[in-house]
Amino acid sequence: MSLSRKDKDAVKAFWALASKRADLIGSEALTRMIYVYPQTKTYFSHWKDLSLGSAPIKKHGKVIMGGVNEAIGKIDNLTSGLLSLSELHAFNLRVDPANFKVLSHCILVVMAMLFPKNFTPEVHVSMDKFLAALTLAISDKYR
Amino acid sequence: MSLTRTDKATVKAFWALIAGRADMIGSEALSRLLYVYPQTKTYFSHWKDLSLNSAPVKKHGKIIMAAISDAIGKMDDLTGGLLALSEVHAFTLRVDPANFKLLAHCILVVIATQFPVDFTPEVHVSVDKFLAALTLAIAEKYR
Repeated sequence: MSLSRKDKDAVKAFWALASKRADLIGSEALTRMIYVYPQTKTYFSHWKDLSLGSAPIKKHGKVIMGGVNEAIGKIDNLTSGLLSLSELHAFNLRVDPANFKVLSHCILVVMAMLFPKNFTPEVHVSMDKFLAALTLAISDKYR
Repeated sequence: MSLTRTDKATVKAFWALIAGRADMIGSEALSRLLYVYPQTKTYFSHWKDLSLNSAPVKKHGKIIMAAISDAIGKMDDLTGGLLALSEVHAFTLRVDPANFKLLAHCILVVIATQFPVDFTPEVHVSVDKFLAALTLAIAEKYR
């Protein structure tokens, strides 16, 4: 399900609006992921505090959303644009790609909560397709 | 996880080996799918007999396997090559793409039982990646 011209425009337009709150979206999404899907804690056991609202999680959520922001700028060629991030996830972090779907879901939920009027079904489908394409690009180097 | 040159060569070489039993693999795989994952029967309710190794199921398994063999010739551009099939699945058959993973799994299981010596881990990963790429191409027109 490749990104159409319409998908890309919808993602960019929504991001023009939502990027101002990128930090919050990232923090909230990662916090929720760890809370709603506790099995994901396994990747963050090097942090002492994994409770709801913990500082290291919030900080890392911002880092992740920074990556998403960067990806939007590379929307025409995600696979090559995210090569080094893919290598990082594949060889160092070794995150099971199933978790990218879980995080994507949390990002969409937070976007919906923060932008109830703008997160229309049309924006939803395009953003979901974009995050799926992003997931594929990050998973590229796994095998 | 794009198909590397090695993946493509491996799949082609292995497929040349199994071509003689393609019909049987297709029949077995579809029969297993309906038996092991009974929810998939929903797509074949127009056939009276859905029991293990029923005639319509076996016949249809051959058709599916022939299409997969055909896709091997289009490995360098699966999305373009399978456009029409994608439209059939998206607009007419409306098969939930989750089921493609299940069928891919069944195909691999049958191949493994039939070619225990040749279905090495290296062949396994390349064929699995090919079926995953095929799944993506068939799902292309869904949204």
